[in-house]
Amino acid sequence: MTRLIAALLLASTATPALAQMDHSQMGAHQTPPAPQAPADPHAGHAMPSTDDSVPQGVAPPIPTDHAAEAFYPAATMARARAAMIKESGGMRFLQLMLDRLEYRAHKGANGYAWEGEGWFGGDINRFAFKTEGEGEVGGPLESAEVQALYSRALNPWFNVEAGVRQDFRPQPQRTYAVVGIEGLAPYWFEVGAQAFLSDKGDAHLRLEGSYDQRITQRLILQPAAEMNMSAQDAPELGIGSGVSDIELGLRLRYEFTREFAPYVGVHWERKLGDTARYARAAGEGTSATSLVMGVRFWF
Amino acid sequence: MTNLTLDRRTLFKSAAALSFANAFPAWAQSGTHGLHPAPGLLSGESIALTVADSHFATGGRSAHAVTINGTVPAPLIRLREGQNVRLSVTNKLKEDTSIHWHGLIVPFEMDGVPGVSFPGIAPGETFTYEFPIRQSGTYWYHSHSGMQEAMGHYGPIVIDPAGADPVQATREHVIVLSDWSPVHPHVQLKRLKQSGGYYNMQRQTLAGLLNGKDQPLKDRIDWGKMRMDPTDISDVTGSTYSFLVNGHGTAENWTGLFTPGERVRLRIINASAMTNFNVRLPGLAMTVVQCDGQHVQPVETDEFQIGIAETYDVIVQPTDAQAYALIAEAIDRSGLVRATLAPQIGMVAAIPPLRARPLLTMKDMGMDMSGMDMGQGGVIDLSQPANDSMAGHSMKMLDPSVAPNVPMGPGVATLSSMPADRTADRPTGLEDVDHRVLTYADLRALEPNEDIRAPTRSIDIHLTANMERYMWSFDGVKLSDGADPIAFRHMERVRVTLINDTMMPHPIHIHGHFFQLLTGEDAAHNPRKHTVNVLPGGKISFDLTADALGDWAFHCHMLMHMHTGMMRVVTVRHAEDAA
Repeated sequence: MTRLIAALLLASTATPALAQMDHSQMGAHQTPPAPQAPADPHAGHAMPSTDDSVPQGVAPPIPTDHAAEAFYPAATMARARAAMIKESGGMRFLQLMLDRLEYRAHKGANGYAWEGEGWFGGDINRFAFKTEGEGEVGGPLESAEVQALYSRALNPWFNVEAGVRQDFRPQPQRTYAVVGIEGLAPYWFEVGAQAFLSDKGDAHLRLEGSYDQRITQRLILQPAAEMNMSAQDAPELGIGSGVSDIELGLRLRYEFTREFAPYVGVHWERKLGDTARYARAAGEGTSATSLVMGVRFWF
Repeated sequence: MTNLTLDRRTLFKSAAALSFANAFPAWAQSGTHGLHPAPGLLSGESIALTVADSHFATGGRSAHAVTINGTVPAPLIRLREGQNVRLSVTNKLKEDTSIHWHGLIVPFEMDGVPGVSFPGIAPGETFTYEFPIRQSGTYWYHSHSGMQEAMGHYGPIVIDPAGADPVQATREHVIVLSDWSPVHPHVQLKRLKQSGGYYNMQRQTLAGLLNGKDQPLKDRIDWGKMRMDPTDISDVTGSTYSFLVNGHGTAENWTGLFTPGERVRLRIINASAMTNFNVRLPGLAMTVVQCDGQHVQPVETDEFQIGIAETYDVIVQPTDAQAYALIAEAIDRSGLVRATLAPQIGMVAAIPPLRARPLLTMKDMGMDMSGMDMGQGGVIDLSQPANDSMAGHSMKMLDPSVAPNVPMGPGVATLSSMPADRTADRPTGLEDVDHRVLTYADLRALEPNEDIRAPTRSIDIHLTANMERYMWSFDGVKLSDGADPIAFRHMERVRVTLINDTMMPHPIHIHGHFFQLLTGEDAAHNPRKHTVNVLPGGKISFDLTADALGDWAFHCHMLMHMHTGMMRVVTVRHAEDAA
């Protein structure tokens, strides 16, 4: 307290000298403020302070005018203000990513596969698409799907998504409604779940997860898993009810740049239950282990 | 330590740099004798500036630049307190531009923020700023449009006092620190939106764990559970940036001359877009005499951290005829720039190696454990209920009750549950260095503050973010979300507390005002500042006299934080108008 009093005394004695040498700092010689304006219904914008030594006080109402309009045309200022506000958090961005584009070497005919996604929009609302598929080298395209989704940020870590999925292969083509959730789980696991309901009434669920283990700044080992489930038999698609298939992968990529990373790895997949029975009946294998090499790139 | 060895390679590079010398304004050329006599600066009552597209090259890379009167950095504007100045700014770009006079007390309509203080300067137009100079000190100017300040649109301002200068120096140099990348800032921002850690090439790795570096496994798991990265110090780093002194990289070795025994004043300005620097001159103590253009009681130190947009004036007194390195190190230690003070050009001093990249701690997450009985041997186990000594304190990383006015949502990943006043803390990464480090608590105003009334109102402003989505905001609301202005009554005295809910320091700048940073009980000598770097997980308070009528910008001076929403308009109106 004595220090405070001393400071006040010091300040008051110093004022004349300061007035001579220093007009600069704080707009000197102004009168103290008028008594506070009465409370206003809009005053709730003031954040209550955690500082107990100072009264919380009452915030003035938010002005409805724009000061610069006293000097510049209102319409010109309105345009500039709209641009400034948009550039302060309202910009939209775009990302296109092929997470996997790979060659799969395994017993019998070798294959290829892709998995990609993209988005366009702001922080909260985005248009998103996903695509994946696989086939035999020199043979038929076995599966190919494209999803078009509206994606909305749910919380800091997860997005909910809804839209349509079109399967171009296998035949017959199917169209599904999609709802899903995806995001970053604790311990840095990328996870996603999507439920599908087809135009024929069959329902499916897909769960995915992956983890990026950084070995060095550029060398990254990514274990990944995917599981598909079905609520019913769909024999025309070769899918049985229950867990239909499981895929596990382990890919080691090297990020020459963040956007361009070739990789090698192994991919294992197995059909289960009735799905496996359908496959055997069609003369296909139920399990395959592949060595994969490919590239991940985005822009 | 003799530093007189002349390195042939350095000499060659210096010669190469000199051949490009006309790319620099005279004050920024290497080998300058300093500002007395003043070389090629702009002064007087009428000054013409032209903003135009150009190229800039450093360290073997070159890219598009936005220049003023053809140079990066822009010309030095030297004025005198009490004069009037007319600055006509001609825009030869294909897009709008603007100039904000950072730290200058000007009428709001001359403050140069498009959409707040004026419409901006359209291509082909000339806008004339005109205002009286009511202050003295070291300031700077930069664009407030289209991220142009990341492309070279910045320059220094020196204002001589009307009377005697309390800082006595025989020589002075301007030191403009900046960061430069050939990647356009809009592309940088896109990359950060696509991948928040895009530019961080110093993350924790398995190789590091096996070599016993960085956090032990248990801490990594704890932090992983929270999805928090303790290496997330800077967003844009030395993986793309060249760091510059007066437009010169380390190889180009900007050199300022001195004669042994002189008192040399260095006017240091951080004009970076995204880089806070640690500044030191190994072997030379610095006496800080001014901060943000405001005189402070001289205080000696060996190193200080300069937030973006801050300025520090220091006096050094080299007594030997040797070269001294001036080192500005990015706070994430992803790079540094060396410049030289020497009796003659061509001399070099040793460049110290980059120090180890710092790791953030629980304190940087707003969980200040100091002085508390932690239990469990000081180990923080977030899965366990807090023990008795923590009763009443939230130990969660996102407990909405600690900030009831911050709407929860995708843009708020963490809230500081126990933010500490960090004005007396050494800044990020300098906690354990074995020499003196300046803290804000060391700064005491030289001239007493004119207004030391007790504040009649107090407000809290939370600095909020989600690094993964690269969202930045005040109080969880981006400016683009339709945030209301922060309203003040004219001449109202308000205590403002900034609470950093993120793990990154934020240099927060208010236009048109100086505030008094609460660093001690002696209110008359709390330092006056225009920009304050709020340490991670911490808080600072300042007292503000809202003495400048009009609308003003208030924002984080991390360029990309501002452009992603960490900005507000501040209004100052007569109380009777506001009623």
